Amino acid sequence: MIYSAPTSVKDALAVLKSSQPRIVAGGTDFFPSQRAGAQDRNVLDLTRIEGLRGITRTASGWRIGAATTWTDIVKAVLPPAFDALKQSAREVGSIQIQNRGTLVGNVCNASPAADGLPPLLALNAEVEIASTDAPRRVPLSHFVTGVRKIDLAADELVAAIHIPAVPEDMTSAFVKLGSRKYMVISIVMVAANVRVQNGIIQQARVAGGACSPVAQRLPALEALVQGRAVADLVGLDFGDAALFAPLSPIADVRGSAIYRVRAVAQLCRRALIQAATGEK
Amino acid sequence: MDQRVTDTGLAFVLNGQAVNITPVPGERLSETLRERLGARDVKIGCNAGDCGACTVLIDGETVCACLVPTHQAEGCRVETLSGLVATDQTAQRLVQTFQDHGAAQCGICTPGMMVCAVALLRDNPTPDVAAVQDALGGVLCRCTGYRKIIDAVIATPAAPVGTIGVGASIRRLDGLEKVTGTEAFGDDVAPAGTLEIRVIRSPYARAAFALGDIAGWQAARGGIKAVLTAADVPGLNAFGVIPAFRDQPVFAENLARFRGEAVAAVVGTPEAIRDLNPDDFPVVWTPLDAISTVAEAQAKDAPQLHDERQNNLMCKGFVACGDAQAALAAADVVVEGRFSTGFVEHAYIEPEAGFAQIVNGRIEIHACTQAPVMDLEAMELILGMDRSKIRIIPTAVGGGFGSKLDISVQPYLALGALKTGQPVRITYSRTESMQSTTKRHPSEIHLRIGAMRDGLISGFAFSGEFNTGAYASWGPTVANRVPVHASGPYRIADYWAEAKAIHTNCPPSGAFRGFGVPQSSIAQESLFDELADTLGMDALEFRILNALEDHVPTVCGQVFAQGVGIKACLEALRPAWANEGAAADAFNASATGSLRRGVGLAAGWYGCGNTSLPNPSIIKAGVRADGTLVLHQGAMDIGQGANTVISQIFMTALGVQSTTLERIGPDTDLTPDAGKTSASRQTFVSGNAARLCGDALRAAILRAVNAPSDAEVSIADGDIYVKDSSTTHRIALAGLPVDADGYVFAAVEQYDPPTKPLDKNGQGAPYAQFGYAAHLAVVEVDTALGTVRAVKFVAAHDVGRAINPMLVEGQIQGGIAQGLGMALMEDYLPGRTENLHDYLIPTMGDIPPIESIIVEVPDAHGPYGAKGLGEHVLIPTAPALLNAIKRACGVRLYSVPAIPSKLSAALHGDANG
Repeated sequence: MIYSAPTSVKDALAVLKSSQPRIVAGGTDFFPSQRAGAQDRNVLDLTRIEGLRGITRTASGWRIGAATTWTDIVKAVLPPAFDALKQSAREVGSIQIQNRGTLVGNVCNASPAADGLPPLLALNAEVEIASTDAPRRVPLSHFVTGVRKIDLAADELVAAIHIPAVPEDMTSAFVKLGSRKYMVISIVMVAANVRVQNGIIQQARVAGGACSPVAQRLPALEALVQGRAVADLVGLDFGDAALFAPLSPIADVRGSAIYRVRAVAQLCRRALIQAATGEK
Repeated sequence: MDQRVTDTGLAFVLNGQAVNITPVPGERLSETLRERLGARDVKIGCNAGDCGACTVLIDGETVCACLVPTHQAEGCRVETLSGLVATDQTAQRLVQTFQDHGAAQCGICTPGMMVCAVALLRDNPTPDVAAVQDALGGVLCRCTGYRKIIDAVIATPAAPVGTIGVGASIRRLDGLEKVTGTEAFGDDVAPAGTLEIRVIRSPYARAAFALGDIAGWQAARGGIKAVLTAADVPGLNAFGVIPAFRDQPVFAENLARFRGEAVAAVVGTPEAIRDLNPDDFPVVWTPLDAISTVAEAQAKDAPQLHDERQNNLMCKGFVACGDAQAALAAADVVVEGRFSTGFVEHAYIEPEAGFAQIVNGRIEIHACTQAPVMDLEAMELILGMDRSKIRIIPTAVGGGFGSKLDISVQPYLALGALKTGQPVRITYSRTESMQSTTKRHPSEIHLRIGAMRDGLISGFAFSGEFNTGAYASWGPTVANRVPVHASGPYRIADYWAEAKAIHTNCPPSGAFRGFGVPQSSIAQESLFDELADTLGMDALEFRILNALEDHVPTVCGQVFAQGVGIKACLEALRPAWANEGAAADAFNASATGSLRRGVGLAAGWYGCGNTSLPNPSIIKAGVRADGTLVLHQGAMDIGQGANTVISQIFMTALGVQSTTLERIGPDTDLTPDAGKTSASRQTFVSGNAARLCGDALRAAILRAVNAPSDAEVSIADGDIYVKDSSTTHRIALAGLPVDADGYVFAAVEQYDPPTKPLDKNGQGAPYAQFGYAAHLAVVEVDTALGTVRAVKFVAAHDVGRAINPMLVEGQIQGGIAQGLGMALMEDYLPGRTENLHDYLIPTMGDIPPIESIIVEVPDAHGPYGAKGLGEHVLIPTAPALLNAIKRACGVRLYSVPAIPSKLSAALHGDANG
């Protein structure tokens, strides 16, 4: 049983190959998913790797390192297009969880209710994957492939999330629905990013979570609202099921499928209005 | 370079001290702090980041220590509550304000709360309520309802503290330990390295099983010291809180009747238990069809849980007076409803835990409990051992609410210590605690109530089926209590009520604050609103019109000549009912979006103490030769404040000014039986015993100098002074003979409330006193999403006499929080919500301001007029919320919890739920 805390990605990849470890960063999913008596596996700790924590400006946008915590995201100075991501960070668990848990861990855990997914989808995020042989970069929408499933080989490591450049005038909002105030798994959540000029929505990106195995962008809804006046969002008819076609909600202890269908439409409207106007 | 830190020690700074340790890979920081470094002030409630009790600071940031690999603390500064209160001025201020406000009840969440508060106040010395909620929202509390914690962090000025006597809002006498992290709960007693016990449990709701080669399994593993099964139980392999229904095995034999039932237990070194995978244990399961609902249980050909209980019917309770059917037929209006509620989990933040050792040939059990003497009686039978060989020393209890009345860890501890001859410890995981201990009974209730056009009730017919799970526990009590209480505190001449307790393959349902009355109250108070609306009457005035009064018989035919306080409670809500109703109307009139507000009412009552059964408490006290005053207090304080309240009553009766009081116990070797902490009986029953004991001790002192009863007594410098109108007598204690306990003066007194048996129609005098309550709830419903936000509560409680008003408010706020949880979010589903992120209880952000109105209609039986309060505080809450939801959005819900999905479905006209 070995606990490895390498200081470089290269060393971490070597550990991955040699000892098939469980990976830990913030620990907030690592421990709860650990079964009794299952502590005999090796552990690879990513938190000491140089350059893996923090948000940096790149030539093409932003890079969020794999050890970046939710609190790091809340505290970072970022354009308004990231407001939805920041708002989602504030809604993950509690401050204790936000202080340790990482955005990349949230992505790799691949829960259908991962709060980080909708804002990242609305930011057109990409995943930077390190490996000894063939480092690669894939769109987030292709990286998470199902419930608890990601496109990551045993010898690969997610090094960062990349956000392509965002327009300065893009604003955003995140709306989460749960059965209590704090520490609640989302019944449904929605992120919306919009560009508004002269009261008209020029561009919209909307993503819904906890309504399908993997959070989804809603292209038909985006198409519907683009070109519309912000003032019209309140009354716009979202009744056409095709607007939410990529979603396939199920019933669970948190809510029925039909409830999720109704709620996601309501949350989309609220997220769009909030993103466009800043008003809740 | 790859840092392989397996074999090398790591260093960090804990509370200002450099430490160097060698944890195993993947060890949790919480484990390291508690077991390697002795920081038992770090509490573990869930090991999943769901409760926040283990919150510590790493480099000044709050973290759940249970989610941090210890290796990540290398080079960091780690601070826990005990370190903070030693050196940090902010923490030291919180130590004071938490006590001033009664912000710690049981105290298990307090370290987490205070550590979060320190982090907040360092950043923001003058936070508002929202900032406190955001900062402390990651710590769950099941006792306080959070508002007093918010007050303590903001440091709202507290009420001035009086002397120790009755009526004073003194600080808890046991509060300092709770706010400094030194209180020892069930998991805090065992020395590090003690042998540990892991229970092997059924993964199926119903399964036959055969144990395999246990000896071979044990031999193949290092560090396993013993395996316990039914064959190791020397006495009776059965326990139960009611002797006639003692049906639950310590270890199941051949057949498991619920998911989580124990079949064996493994005793081993901490390392061996850590590495134990319960799935490897040699047992072969044969899953069988299981029944989960009362409907399935009563179906033809349903599997029978217990041979002697036909059709899975465990027992029935029944009360009738007048002619309910005739009165309903004659009524001008009749309303009817079918209501259902689910399992509710107690969700105390302290999972069951304890420690046992053999001392001088006797077994000593240290565990969290609400009923030490009942534990002793159960262990006597299980161990087949004379009770003189057993000592129960309760630890501090991190919340109980009824479930810690039943034994849980005690048999495993005793059997483990006896079989190995060594000290042993056990702590349930959160999931184990939820799977295996008792729950609130799910209910299916059919109720019809009639009324005449003038508003008087005319006929009440109640039929309730309660899912009592696999074993009896307190199911018979629920079946008996419900028909007695289902009327609510009203005058109902023609009444018929039957409650059945029915077995299923679910966890045993037992005692939970209110014993079934919160469930029946939902049905009755909901239909009272429907009746008032049908009649076109004001909902509050309708209740006042029908309220019980002195000299009016209850549905059991019991007539109280005094002390009936429900009308006073309801009348106390008149101003709030008018003002909040008008405010809600105004809000709705100007609402443009989907938010609507509503105001709801509900009342409740609860009989204090056992139902028509003996229920004595004994309290003992003495004065040592050095003048020390000692109270032997055996009534379990599970956070509600018995230690403080009983001391206040005792000191008032004794009438001794300005002295300190040493409190002993609870401990079955040292304290006489003060009964169990349940049924809202400790203030009333043990309080009366304390009053009588104080009276008797005072009388003995006065007798020594032939002083009159109004003489002033004081203790100073090892002597007692008695001052009467003519002279001051000095009693030199040093020269007096001492008794076996070392006392120069001593008294032991018992109190047993006067009750009379119930006849076959439930007529009699079940309780010596009832307490009364009425709640008003304001809610805001988002009609587009079906979400409900509680905005405000006003709660009027008749407590007879508030022995300690601050503790009364604490009970009210905490009870409302549990009632809100039951109404809006809590739903225990075996196999699905066995943790604190799928089973939701209210957080700090869910409980709105609560205005308490303390009503004092004295009771002739109560000590200084006091009545019980512990269960009353949640009985009206859920129906008040349901009534408020109806008034906000027009939808009546007939089942709880009112989760958004369910309310939304009702708003859309779908089938309920």
